[in-house]
Amino acid sequence: MEIFDIIGPVMVGPSSSHTAGAVRIGYVAGKLLGEEIKEAEILLYGSFKDTGKGHGTDKALVAGLLGMRPDDYRISESFNIAKEKNIKITFGEARLVDAHPNSVELVLHGVNGASIDIVAQSIGGGKINIAQIDGIDTNFSGEYPTLIVHNLDQPGHVSEVTSMLSHKLVNIATMQLYRSFRGGKAVMVVECDQKIPDDGLKWLTKIEGVLKVTYFEGA
Amino acid sequence: MYKSIEDILCQAKEKDKEFWEIVLETDMESRCVSMEESMRTMEQMLEAMEDADSKYDGNLRSQSKMSGGDGKLLEEYNLSGKNICGDFLGKVMERAIKMGESNACMRRIVAAPTAGSCGVVPAVLLSYKDYFDVPKDKLIHALYVAAGIGKVIGENASISGAYGGCQAEIGTASAMASGALVYLQGGDNEAIANAAAFSLKNMLGLTCDPVGGLVEVPCIKRNSHGAVNAATSAQLALAGIKSAISPDDVIDSMRRIGNEMPADVKETGKGGLAVTESAKKILVK
Repeated sequence: MEIFDIIGPVMVGPSSSHTAGAVRIGYVAGKLLGEEIKEAEILLYGSFKDTGKGHGTDKALVAGLLGMRPDDYRISESFNIAKEKNIKITFGEARLVDAHPNSVELVLHGVNGASIDIVAQSIGGGKINIAQIDGIDTNFSGEYPTLIVHNLDQPGHVSEVTSMLSHKLVNIATMQLYRSFRGGKAVMVVECDQKIPDDGLKWLTKIEGVLKVTYFEGA
Repeated sequence: MYKSIEDILCQAKEKDKEFWEIVLETDMESRCVSMEESMRTMEQMLEAMEDADSKYDGNLRSQSKMSGGDGKLLEEYNLSGKNICGDFLGKVMERAIKMGESNACMRRIVAAPTAGSCGVVPAVLLSYKDYFDVPKDKLIHALYVAAGIGKVIGENASISGAYGGCQAEIGTASAMASGALVYLQGGDNEAIANAAAFSLKNMLGLTCDPVGGLVEVPCIKRNSHGAVNAATSAQLALAGIKSAISPDDVIDSMRRIGNEMPADVKETGKGGLAVTESAKKILVK
């Protein structure tokens, strides 16, 4: 714990978990989609579903999807801003089982055809955890520069990614590997201490067997 | 590095430094930042508190319609000349309620340590500034004092209502604010520690049982009580009164009490005030 976890964050109220955390979830999810959002389906679970309205969780999630940060004054206006931008937003209940009490599933579609399905949790004090991407379990905070590589589950991809990072002098803070089944699709989540240069990312996208490269600089 | 209030006091004594300097040095070490960077961040926190305080709008109402406007009532009462608490405390109460209401109405605040308890520390600090003409850097130092106390509580007990009840939120905020106030008024490091112990002792066992699970009832008014508790505790400590129970023992008690509290009164909305007839009536509206 750092002292600015005690004095801070600067945030729009009323709740660090239900409001600030929700903004961060939306923000990180939007970055993971990687392009402007056309349509978002927001499925709430647990305490998010039960007390979300009073806490402005719904507005906070949309604000985050629009790229706002937890201290943005326009959070309470996010529905109107989304409307002006012609973004279609729908709300519903998430069908999750035994999930964290502050969970949300976001199904996002972008203007250029990208789509992503994310399950995220607000774990307290504005901190979040991305628990699932496209049905595969994950576990990362979004606080660091984060690289997410979707690839075929076959030998060599981990070393390709780590070699590139080493070449670019980027230190790995945490690294997690997940796969749907043996030989199926795999996801690599790498949290880094430094930002990854564009050319390194571009190089990854050209590797055979790499299906998708997503990167964002931390929030 | 420190793990307890005792650690801070010992290190301050060894190095012949003040409480806030130990907290600052540890932050520089822990996050690998310069003194300027750390102090600039703390200055931004102070400025954000001042900004939030100045932007209170008494006409705003929360999404649930439960809160808003009480800070304005207190302001009017303070101006009426009938204030029974004295000018300083009257202003402290007003600021604390205003900040709590701003938070409930989706305005920008500084969590200290949480959003629900965001009114306590600024109410005390900014009112002190009004009445005692203190330079800005001293207010920033006072925030380090507050942050150091809060960090020890957070690491050894909890600052989350869901884990420790409201003692962990308003209780922690009150301990932080009392230490800051002692520092501002010229008390020594021991007195800072005593004030934190007094504040927390008076808040032990406080439940987190908000109506509808929302950070409004009773949270907003508790900011005022927590802030006044901080001023009371600071005055006891400044007078030279010592806490019979050490601050670290009080913090450990808070942790144990928090663990023993039933889940119904830890931010679940299933017990205490949240299930009263009055609460049900409010929620139907």
